Amino acid sequence: MEKGVLVDLTRCIGCRGCQVACKEWNERDVRKTTFKGDFTNPVKLSSDCYTNIQFVETEKKGKVGWSFIKNQCLHCKEPACAAACPVGALTKTAQGAVSYQFDKCIGCRYCMVACPFDIPKYEWESVSPWVQKCTFCAERIEDGLLPACIKTCPTETMLFDDYDKIVAEAKKRLAKEPGKYVKHIYGLEEAGGTNWLYISDIPFEELGFKKGIPSVSLPDYTWSVLSSIPAKVTGFVALLSAVAYFRGRGSQEEGSE
Amino acid sequence: MSAQENKQAVVSGGAWLAVLLVAAMIAAALYRFSNGLGAVTNLSDEVPWGLWIGVDVLAGVALAAGGFTIAGAVYIFNMKKYKPVARAAVLTAFAGYVVVSIGILFDIGKPMTLWHPLVMWQPHSIMFEVVVCVVLYTTVLALEFAGPFLEGTGSALAKTFTSRKVMVPLSIAAITLSFLHQSSLGALFLLMPSKLNHLWWTTMLPYNFFVSAIAAGLAMVSFEYVIASSVFKHECDMDILRGLAKGTAIALLVYFLLRVGDIMIKGNMGLIFADGAGKLFMLEMALVLIPMIMLFLASSSAQSAGAIFVPQMLVLVGIVLNRLDILFLVQLKDGASYSPSFVELIITLGLISAIVVAYRAAAIKLPIASPVRADN
Repeated sequence: MEKGVLVDLTRCIGCRGCQVACKEWNERDVRKTTFKGDFTNPVKLSSDCYTNIQFVETEKKGKVGWSFIKNQCLHCKEPACAAACPVGALTKTAQGAVSYQFDKCIGCRYCMVACPFDIPKYEWESVSPWVQKCTFCAERIEDGLLPACIKTCPTETMLFDDYDKIVAEAKKRLAKEPGKYVKHIYGLEEAGGTNWLYISDIPFEELGFKKGIPSVSLPDYTWSVLSSIPAKVTGFVALLSAVAYFRGRGSQEEGSE
Repeated sequence: MSAQENKQAVVSGGAWLAVLLVAAMIAAALYRFSNGLGAVTNLSDEVPWGLWIGVDVLAGVALAAGGFTIAGAVYIFNMKKYKPVARAAVLTAFAGYVVVSIGILFDIGKPMTLWHPLVMWQPHSIMFEVVVCVVLYTTVLALEFAGPFLEGTGSALAKTFTSRKVMVPLSIAAITLSFLHQSSLGALFLLMPSKLNHLWWTTMLPYNFFVSAIAAGLAMVSFEYVIASSVFKHECDMDILRGLAKGTAIALLVYFLLRVGDIMIKGNMGLIFADGAGKLFMLEMALVLIPMIMLFLASSSAQSAGAIFVPQMLVLVGIVLNRLDILFLVQLKDGASYSPSFVELIITLGLISAIVVAYRAAAIKLPIASPVRADN
């Protein structure tokens, strides 16, 4: 059954327990960080950091406050990264996770360039680097456990369930408190839909969510090119053969080559 | 045929610099393989594709397009006028593709797994198409180049490999594979409509890449023809140069109409004045229109090679700029920055030098420059 997560940004208190749980479960190294002027720490996702909480200063009805954004892979329903990968190292599992098979990857990094959310990161410091990103704790889900970040969250910011139920719950919350939430479920349509959905009380563009992501399946663009290859090859070979035959008749009659 | 008039040493004068750069590249490559990508390049999570993908692969493949264009003109369209440059064009393409393959080997994070796409097929990936095209077209180019190579070594097989019954099918394969490969490099960016400025992003990207590559390939053939004539001290055939000028100009006109027409139809003209990217776009279009007009004028009347050489060089600059614009517009966002490291520069310069050295060696040792046969 395809799973999904609803992230209700109004519930997050910025405790970063999810960051710690993720690091522990996935055995990611800790890196020394420095104070950069806000409280986001680490500042960016990296090959050792699958998820972070981004602290954003916001203003709502004249009152200054904080919003806390949980960043990680959104697990697209039709992932651009999986369509990008030349060896099929990235795949979408039946449970909804975009999964990465280390042993296949050649390190072309097209997935990193292709991802509309800039999620996959690279082990730049390694001589034999891999791509790293949130795994949706696929092996935990398989065993009937919650993803590590969700299990540890004290405020139930994230709701994990069947994808359809998640969508229904998001719509229900928006309908129930229209004054509280902005009228947008981020991820419902972006890039053709993602398995992680967000609802918020602050407009998403003010929180640094990526804008202008079309509500279509991105791999459709490349598949329309790839699926027409047989027809194009047939056309080219037939046309060029005909041209070569008619244009070359003279030289053959002369026996010149 | 095997007796070449060219008695120059394979390495002399300026060629020593190229050899030196190739040696430096080999040292840099060893350093890259032992220390890893992150240690020797300025690439980052924000900018995972840099100079090597931009110049060695994207620009390199476009500049190698003369191989299939000229072979197609000579063997498919039977335009015998261009036969004297056909072998040089195929040689450039062959050397170019070998260098592109080496460039990819340097660039991928795990060079030891370069063979994976050959057994782990992923027909839904444009990158897979790119890999298959590189492998197949390099093979075709090797076969196309077998003729002059065998002639140079005096082999009896040379006659077979230069005959129409071999060259015509090879040229058909070359054009078909090149169409797929050139267009697939554009199709790589179809996945990024939200990341690439819509003065560049369009579902027409594959066709824009193919048509502009034809212009770039013809410009490259002209460029080399003039340089080779000067280095090896033989006359430039102005009839050939004027014909190439006309071909480049037509390709540029088609390219200009495709790009600007598409932007107008989609109502994106306003983007030209929106930000800095608009200025880059205008520069690109200037580097299409100015050489196009110069080449159209020169195609009917030019008496000196210089009148064609200059606009053809502008074409090369324009197409390289286009490929780099696309590559970096996709990545340089949110304050990300990138400038190539010393090792990145040395390897790219070394790869370009390797083409120069290989071309020079082949031009001196093999019947490349004047392959006009008595029976032609």
